[in-house]
Amino acid sequence: MTMTMTKMTLKTEGDTHIVVTRRFAAPPEAIYRAHTDPKLIQQWLLGPEGWTMPVCINDARPGGKFRYEWVHPKQGSFHITGEFVELQPPSKIVHIERMHLPDPTPDNHVETRFDPDGTGTLMTMRMTLPDAKTRAAMLATGMENGMEASYVRLEGMI
Amino acid sequence: MTSLNASFAALADPTRRAILSRLARGEATVMELAKPFEMTQPAISQHLKVLEEAGLIVQRVDGAKRPRRLAKAGIDAMDQWLAMLRKALEKNYDRLDEVLATMKASEETRANSKLEPTKKRKKQRTL
Repeated sequence: MTMTMTKMTLKTEGDTHIVVTRRFAAPPEAIYRAHTDPKLIQQWLLGPEGWTMPVCINDARPGGKFRYEWVHPKQGSFHITGEFVELQPPSKIVHIERMHLPDPTPDNHVETRFDPDGTGTLMTMRMTLPDAKTRAAMLATGMENGMEASYVRLEGMI
Repeated sequence: MTSLNASFAALADPTRRAILSRLARGEATVMELAKPFEMTQPAISQHLKVLEEAGLIVQRVDGAKRPRRLAKAGIDAMDQWLAMLRKALEKNYDRLDEVLATMKASEETRANSKLEPTKKRKKQRTL
């Protein structure tokens, strides 16, 4: 039951997008906070095992910038910079981000929605598919898309 | 040239995805592929060309026939990238579940501590 509730889906849409969905057992307000409060972001937006995020700076308002830095004891480090385009608490975050590997990857446009779903939340994140060169670099780095983008991240990125 | 981008573009079309799933069951000629899709051979050939250029399928020469089959390497490169993204995101969101549970617990603790003084006052009043 719980497994079905939280199972993530990841689909390609057309030839340039990835859509990720995930259910959470908390209201949109909490998920939104976890996506915008640096202290909370540092606890979960970490990708594969072994990475930590020592630097997490963001200015969560339209036009505000952010910078997230990840390090891994063996695989090195990289960072993401980006700008918030639109913030509609607690239901929507639109941002642009790029990875620095260290050369910047093309901008990734990420739209994340948090919709009430019973007592929980359905998150839908739609991001731009990175080009082949960027994907190869990400494979090499071993960290996906910070995505937020990482989270496309995380998710995606944020 | 094999390009991940071309691979993704090639997969955007439902007919091409259907051709790939047919080829996943084994080699097939253009004629064999055209049959179930009710499409002309030139139309199928066009799809095959896109899939070939994306590095997803290969052909071999068998007399007058040019049977197609899946190119394992091309499929694997994309699958690998998407699988990696999926794995990283799943880890992130499993962690987020824990963060959300902790947030809820600390909110409840805060709410309870706010209630404490009220209770005490009430108690004092009744006394």
